[in-house]
Amino acid sequence: MAQRVLVVGAGMAGLRSAEGLRAHGYADEILVVGDESWAPYNRPPLSKEALHGDLSHDRLVFRVRANASDVTWRHGVSATSADLAARTVTLSDGETVSYDALVAATGVSARRLQVPGPPQTAAGRRHVIRTLDDAIGLRAALVPGAKVVVLGAGFIGCEVAATAVKLGCEVRCVAIDPYPMVRPLGPELAAELQRRHEEQGVVFHLGVGVAELVGDHHVTDVVLTDGTRLETDVVLEALGSHCNSGWLEGNDLDLADGVRTDTALRPWRESGMLDGVAVAGDIARFPNLRFDERPLRVEHWSIPTDTGRRAGAVLAAYLSGEGYDDVVAASWEPLPSFWSDQFDIRLQSYGMPGLADPDGIRVLEGDLHDECVVGYHRGEELVGVVGVGMLRVVNTYRDKVGHPTPTS
Amino acid sequence: MSLKVVVDWDLCQDHGQCAFAAPEVFEIGEDGRMHVLIEEPDESLRSKVEDAADVCPVQAIRLEG
Repeated sequence: MAQRVLVVGAGMAGLRSAEGLRAHGYADEILVVGDESWAPYNRPPLSKEALHGDLSHDRLVFRVRANASDVTWRHGVSATSADLAARTVTLSDGETVSYDALVAATGVSARRLQVPGPPQTAAGRRHVIRTLDDAIGLRAALVPGAKVVVLGAGFIGCEVAATAVKLGCEVRCVAIDPYPMVRPLGPELAAELQRRHEEQGVVFHLGVGVAELVGDHHVTDVVLTDGTRLETDVVLEALGSHCNSGWLEGNDLDLADGVRTDTALRPWRESGMLDGVAVAGDIARFPNLRFDERPLRVEHWSIPTDTGRRAGAVLAAYLSGEGYDDVVAASWEPLPSFWSDQFDIRLQSYGMPGLADPDGIRVLEGDLHDECVVGYHRGEELVGVVGVGMLRVVNTYRDKVGHPTPTS
Repeated sequence: MSLKVVVDWDLCQDHGQCAFAAPEVFEIGEDGRMHVLIEEPDESLRSKVEDAADVCPVQAIRLEG
């Protein structure tokens, strides 16, 4: 009898999972459902070049491998609940879909500011940037002279701040942290990047929170916890993310932060790993023995592809029954990687800089005030590198990050 | 039909991830720019070139054929 794989989540991880299933010989039905109206597209440009250039879906859409051309896509539909024992998922249109294997790839949503205020909509002048629709709404508001307040000074907030300056906006960036991007990058590099943003005209308000958003129908002012009042035309809430894992509740999974899995991406339960289900993309909290055994979620751009391929391999073997134990036991230690463009600065990261000891961060090459490679150490071990420019040099550190298990 | 690697040079930003996925086909030169070494690679390299296209941050690589 023909089998069915249901992929919940039609982003990059859902696509790569479908392609991975095909690459590993699974030939029966694959149904992918996702809440956005768009076919899977590349998100990083939404806060970078696409935001001041071409924001068309055609430009951002992922090409689908030929082997996955027969996958069925249902856009605009989300999962509302799942019964993993009965192998069914109920969708927002009321239909209940049964499956032989399931990929959970529902990703994350933008976290909103927990302060009362005008509606959390573009009309309320309160934006987030996670989806193409979000970016289209934000782009329309970033007109020359617009007063933009970016809440949050992580990578996304800093990228949008830089882009908004290029578009002629007046940009202020507010964060509770002492420096922008300090949590992954450490204070020295973060302070240097702050200086470069300030040179370009970004004004930072750091070490403060938001006390109040003023306005009835739309935000007119942002009041900070130190009393500062910022007049504004556009607020961007770039405050991180929360996991879209609510639809999996009630199945005895560990959903404390995403979905906890093993290295085969099978959901962890008290009673043992759950076969026939794989978790991919931003919501997967998996151990990576390149670093240690602690399960971690990694919202780096490379991870949807790595986890999607792994999910495809594991589930294809599960469904065929051939070599499943070997596939599950195979070593899988992806090297996390992401990049960020801010003004003329290109940051390229490999590994997990956030795992470094506070005193384990040092410049390995170049000059912090120009181009450089910064190394992030935990004890003696290099757990991450970040290049500021120097792409060729930072790329030579790829193989030196973590302690990958030797392959025989 | 043979494979053909097509790069959208307007998109390419020389990230160099392709050169790790398929070093036979792509390299970052001494000038820091990406170069295609084989425009029509052998079928045996299909999977590697597909991987290279997947990991391109700006999705500038297309495989025809």
